[in-house]
Amino acid sequence: MTKMENVAIADQVDESSHPSTFMSKYVWSQDHKVIAIQYSITAILVGLVALVLSGIMRLQLGFPNEFSFIDPSSYLQFVTMHGMIMVIYLLTALLLGGFGNYLIPLMVGARDMVFPYLNMLSYWTYLLSVVVLLASFFVSGGPTGAGWTLYPPQAILSGTPGADAGILLMLVSLAIFIVAFTMGGLNYVTTILQARTKGMTLMRMPLTLWGIFVATILGLLAFPALLVSAIMMIFDKVIGTSFFMPAILSLGETLDHSGGSPILFQHLFWFFGHPEVYIVALPAFGMVSDVISIHARKNIFGYRMMVWAIIAIGGLSFVVWAHHMYVSGMNPYFGFFFATTTLIIAIPTALKVYNWLLTLWRGNIHLTVPMLFAIGFIFTFTHGGLTGLMLGNVIIDLPLSDTFFVVAHFHMVMGVSPIMVLFAAIYHWFPLLTGRFLNNKLGHFHFWGTFLGTYAIYMPMHYLGFLGVPRRYYAMGDTDFIPQSAQTLNAGITVSAIIVGLVQLVFIANVIWSTFKGKKSGRNPWKATSLEWQTAQFPPGHGNWGEKLPQVYRWAYDYSVPNVKDDFIPQNVAPKDVEYLADKQNNNPRQK
Amino acid sequence: MQNDDHQKDHETNKASSWQSVVNDWSADKQSFDMPWGKLMMWLFLLSDTFIFSIFLISYMNVRMSATVAWPNPSEVFALTIAGHHIPLVLIAIMTFILITSSGTMAMAVNYAYQGNKKKTVYLMLATALLGASFIGMQAFEWTKLIVEEGIRPWENPMGANQFGAAFFMITGFHGLHVSAGVIYLTVIAKRINQGKYDKKGYHIVEITGLYWHFVDLVWVFIFAFFYLW
Repeated sequence: MTKMENVAIADQVDESSHPSTFMSKYVWSQDHKVIAIQYSITAILVGLVALVLSGIMRLQLGFPNEFSFIDPSSYLQFVTMHGMIMVIYLLTALLLGGFGNYLIPLMVGARDMVFPYLNMLSYWTYLLSVVVLLASFFVSGGPTGAGWTLYPPQAILSGTPGADAGILLMLVSLAIFIVAFTMGGLNYVTTILQARTKGMTLMRMPLTLWGIFVATILGLLAFPALLVSAIMMIFDKVIGTSFFMPAILSLGETLDHSGGSPILFQHLFWFFGHPEVYIVALPAFGMVSDVISIHARKNIFGYRMMVWAIIAIGGLSFVVWAHHMYVSGMNPYFGFFFATTTLIIAIPTALKVYNWLLTLWRGNIHLTVPMLFAIGFIFTFTHGGLTGLMLGNVIIDLPLSDTFFVVAHFHMVMGVSPIMVLFAAIYHWFPLLTGRFLNNKLGHFHFWGTFLGTYAIYMPMHYLGFLGVPRRYYAMGDTDFIPQSAQTLNAGITVSAIIVGLVQLVFIANVIWSTFKGKKSGRNPWKATSLEWQTAQFPPGHGNWGEKLPQVYRWAYDYSVPNVKDDFIPQNVAPKDVEYLADKQNNNPRQK
Repeated sequence: MQNDDHQKDHETNKASSWQSVVNDWSADKQSFDMPWGKLMMWLFLLSDTFIFSIFLISYMNVRMSATVAWPNPSEVFALTIAGHHIPLVLIAIMTFILITSSGTMAMAVNYAYQGNKKKTVYLMLATALLGASFIGMQAFEWTKLIVEEGIRPWENPMGANQFGAAFFMITGFHGLHVSAGVIYLTVIAKRINQGKYDKKGYHIVEITGLYWHFVDLVWVFIFAFFYLW
């Protein structure tokens, strides 16, 4: 037996047996497209739970003492679960498990992920982590109320809601999620590196893939920190070790712990937590780049710079974590270092924003619903990013730390912004999944409701932060330094939040209705160049490509090419097959 | 024909090594010239490296922040054999066994590529056996620490509590990796024996080997940081 020759993916024949039964097609499916939809539906459902939780929190803040079912403990529990679900179980899972799974094989021109079985396990493990997480609502003491950062010692001490079972279920669920993410993530990275079809060089990949690719690598390197800290905290809680627990006098009793380091947990958590921001943001950057380019009928401005910016942001995200800990106590030189690295991230990020604007500049902008959401994203992301620059400076962060200014900042930059992109992406790729458009009128309503609504929620929060209104407080009580007008603002924010929440129901209804009754889109309705729209069947079937894999001849951004019949050239069209306008055939356009 | 193209690529790339890296990565071929499973194992090990690094860094942190003195390793990890107090003797044998197992693993990979199925299977089983004996000795070491010295994850009569906590957690996590490796080796050896890789090729042996060598390498760091520091 000699060394096996590597079979290039371009020659790989479709030898996968096509599943026929309902169970093997839609439940225990190894098809990346079905797994993607399973991931997406689960993520959106659990995200709706988090949305309801945020509504309940807002009710309490806007109208304190009106609702008897919200007590201080349950308020903290809702805060915690809302944050953790949104960041990990919705955004990470939907962007990478959902869109990553769906788009990677289609965009690189592969039949499936390189290890479909592992991919299927990834989804079912993810589902298990969601079940464990939601189970914490039903155990005695309820879910943990430690805040999504789960800082010890308070997270595991009695007095914190859910300190008995809730915190354990949370930590176990996170550990299971990390296993699920690792199985999926290894697949995504290997598929992009090894299974690209003939002609698909790394520098011809759509930016969506670059974003997902770098984000997945970040995940594979950052989640270990969360896993390790979860294991250590479980030991502190269950068998009484003292990794994170110093000597403590709690409720008048001396605890058995001594000599641990609570700051260690903060370092570990944020070594995960900061890259996590970019695990969410980078796929969003990539997808929004493609949506903007396609709907402005223009090639993305500065493709190479966009790629390098994604890589640079990914690299830098590992050396900024302690800017979350300026008030935790650090050597001042550390603060200086982390403030500097934080501000440096603004350079590649601003570069991306400029490039999006320059792509729009003099483009043939189609104000479709995906485009509206993409442009909305540029607004929300710029606002959130600018407040990030403020908070990145130690001296500005200190007075604003733990106020509503911080809440407003991270909701704008990593809550609203990725969600705007997710909506853009859903409206954009929905025809690929179903062959139907989402309803346009409801889409416009959804966009304006969400876009204006989120501004109505988060703009006043910046002001509340400047007033010094602290976050995670159940009620303000009689506080002299906070004027009565802050309460009026809070009520207004709550009303906006409820409206934005209801607008999302319109979106859900739109998705369900359009899946069955929506307007037929036909093939490639947005006239996009990237491979996922060029499949043999539409919508793509099992195995994606029929007999032969596509061959790629150009980058993904040949829009508005002069003298070409269709104004765009798909990636798999050979130079000799490009159809030119009859009267200008001699005027040969550039060939990529 | 494809091989010819490959050959040509290699020759043009010889000019400058950095240029060849760029050429490789911008080409429309697999970014790494290896089977998918092997690349995936490398990526997994990279992720696992972060897990162990963070474990060890956390250990250093709690060791520095501990309020009670750290126990002296040459006392904790000593055996009394025939009336002689010998420090680190057990751990020296364990480390020797684990490194030997890396040798047998490397030989298994070599024979796999030569197509010698029988020797491959025997060497993989020998590796698994060495791994299992490592686990057995670790169990002996844990028993001695727990029963004779009274060290627990939450208390330690010989010094800082964090010693027991970090030691049991990290060597335990490594021990789980070794156990998983023993199972992995046994399963793969069995499947090779059944002829399940005759058509596909024996890359799986090298992939298994990567994992095994990694577990050994991690042990070297654990050994250095727990037993020699």
